Amino acid sequence: MTTVLPDTGAADARKPAGAPVLVMMSGGVDSSVAAALLVEQGYAVTGVTLKLWGGESDSGCCSVSDVEDARRVAAQLGIDHYVFNFSDEFDARVVDPYVDAYANGRTPNPCVECNRTVKFGRVLGRADQLGFELVATGHHARVVRDATGCHELHRGADPAKDQSYVLAMLGPAELARTLLPVGELTKAEVREHAARLGLRTAAKPESMDVCFITKGGRKGFLDARTPARPGSVVDTEGEVVGTHDGVAGFTVGQRRGVGVAAGERRYVTDVDATTATVTLGRRADLLRAEVDLEQLTWTGAPVPGDAALVAQVRAHGAGAEAVLHGEVLRWAEPQPRVAPGQLVALYDPVDGRVVGSAVVAA
Amino acid sequence: MPYLDHAATTPMRPEAVEAMLPFLTESFGNPSGAHRYAQSAKTALENARETVARVMGAEPDEVVFTGSGTEGDNLAVEGAARAARAQDPHCDRVLVSAFEHKAVLAAAHRLEAEGFRVTTIPVGSDGIVDLAALADALDERVAVVSLMLVNNEVGTIQPVAAVAELLPERAPRAVLHTDAVQAVPWIDVARATARVALVSISGHKFGGPKGRGVLVVRRGTPIVPMIEGGGQEYGLRSGTQDVAGSVALATAIDVTAQRLPAEVAAATALRDRLYAGLADAVPGLVVNGDPARKVAGNLHVGIPGIESEALLVVLDRMGLAAAAGSSCSSGATEPSYVLRAMGVDPSTAIGSIRLSLGYSSVPADVDAALEMIPAAVAQLRRAAA
Repeated sequence: MTTVLPDTGAADARKPAGAPVLVMMSGGVDSSVAAALLVEQGYAVTGVTLKLWGGESDSGCCSVSDVEDARRVAAQLGIDHYVFNFSDEFDARVVDPYVDAYANGRTPNPCVECNRTVKFGRVLGRADQLGFELVATGHHARVVRDATGCHELHRGADPAKDQSYVLAMLGPAELARTLLPVGELTKAEVREHAARLGLRTAAKPESMDVCFITKGGRKGFLDARTPARPGSVVDTEGEVVGTHDGVAGFTVGQRRGVGVAAGERRYVTDVDATTATVTLGRRADLLRAEVDLEQLTWTGAPVPGDAALVAQVRAHGAGAEAVLHGEVLRWAEPQPRVAPGQLVALYDPVDGRVVGSAVVAA
Repeated sequence: MPYLDHAATTPMRPEAVEAMLPFLTESFGNPSGAHRYAQSAKTALENARETVARVMGAEPDEVVFTGSGTEGDNLAVEGAARAARAQDPHCDRVLVSAFEHKAVLAAAHRLEAEGFRVTTIPVGSDGIVDLAALADALDERVAVVSLMLVNNEVGTIQPVAAVAELLPERAPRAVLHTDAVQAVPWIDVARATARVALVSISGHKFGGPKGRGVLVVRRGTPIVPMIEGGGQEYGLRSGTQDVAGSVALATAIDVTAQRLPAEVAAATALRDRLYAGLADAVPGLVVNGDPARKVAGNLHVGIPGIESEALLVVLDRMGLAAAAGSSCSSGATEPSYVLRAMGVDPSTAIGSIRLSLGYSSVPADVDAALEMIPAAVAQLRRAAA
């Protein structure tokens, strides 16, 4: 049994007064308030904005307005602010794998990859070099210390904004150095703080989509980078019911955008990149009793075999009960098939903490 | 706080600040008017023009005040190219070196979109343009050749006078432009550009104000304006002149020219001591660009095993201001296209920083830098190990 202590700033032993913290400031309201709260809590805060995406349309010199917003907030808070240009890493470790995954019939999660390789990979390394033990972000999730001094990852206080899913692949070493100050707040409270502090980002709209896809949508982005191979759309009996101009547009479980006339609602039940075949079926055809997993990670000690868990397969939602047997996740009730490549976040059914993560195998 | 980023900008010379103050207060007239307010402003503006002309080796009516070095570069490259093609549609070639300032490269890029043919001349690992390649690229269809006098990152002095020698025979129609923005504090620009048709400079690189520059346009040079309106600045740059800024720029260039030999000697001594100290204290340190052909204020070094972006943050937190690449509006460190053009290997390029001295540099700056830089490099190398 662990005792969960709320993460209330200065009470945490990680945080001697004046401890240096490197806050990743995206230019949005959450990370702006995260920086402001840490300043109020007495940390020695330095802000950093990551330049991740220039693209070919970029003039080579970056003038993204988000960087300017972050810089202005930092100036308002009286903290140092720097820009790290990690666009090469972002290309190599997030964008290229994203394109490859779709070309291979998988459904990648670029936000998770960015958190894994850039924000909690490259930035932590840079923080080490600069002498920062602690880093912080504006994610809606909570890091709490248990009675033994280990760090647990919990859902954010605002269920509608909870982002524990995209952090579920963090390990104990990363969690021990991470502060998530807005995880204690609802989104409305975040905006209230921002308004109280007069931050220019207070009313900024949420960013919803994949950050590097601006115009033309996912399909346009992918088509510009991989030659689309037309193929067949078949039903579950293998009968050809239509054609498509490339598998990159399709995700298992997807309903809309399936350009085939049919009486009953049809879902994508399979994407086979090697034969360029997309299979459609009824919702019942999507249901699966279990999921094969790979790349299991643990936020703390690995959970024992046959442990009952709650597994969540998308960024938002409640998740479903399941039992983990090795690398096979067995659902308590059959669940719609999850696209290969997607992250599964694993939660403790009792206290709700994130115990680990895995990727859905092909 | 030691400031080693004079190539980005310099503090204003006190003489320049003092000279401009009356034109920010009581002498506020518009120099284009007819009354006494206007006349006193006009007199100050024309005196400033004469001063700049004298220092730059030009006639007063060849001095066009601009809003920045970038504006001067844009006006020179685009204005001369368009004027040439308007006279002769076959005159459609533009030559630029591969490591020109973005102000020149962007202008060339825009001309390319208008149908001009742009040839990029390679540069050597020594940071000097390939003069033979440039000579080979010349022909009677070349409208503009733009070659900077001093590179803004590595500080190397380019053979602009030699290019001027080549043009009459090999490219008789060509107008030669030089971006001399980085040259003014360090070399006799009048002599170096005596046969150059278009010369751009920027006030804040030599103790003058930001937002004021000059383009020297030799008489008879075909050029069309980019900003049109009331016809100020001989029709080449409409808009009410910044009298205070022009006066301050003129004062700064005058003071700079008078003190140039002494300031070059002082900066050379400081820079050489800084280099010697760093070479001793930082294993593996290399110099980018031929040290024998650099201006006095420039030290550009590659430090293996570190990233300049991280080094600059550590140095800033220690209190030392330096730079990598050129200044960028977002503050991000972009991979240097200048070093890439020179063929510097990427691992050296990523760990390269520019330490640039200026008239206000003092021995204590070098002392501090020699304490801080080796300590910062050691910290980064420790964390990377």
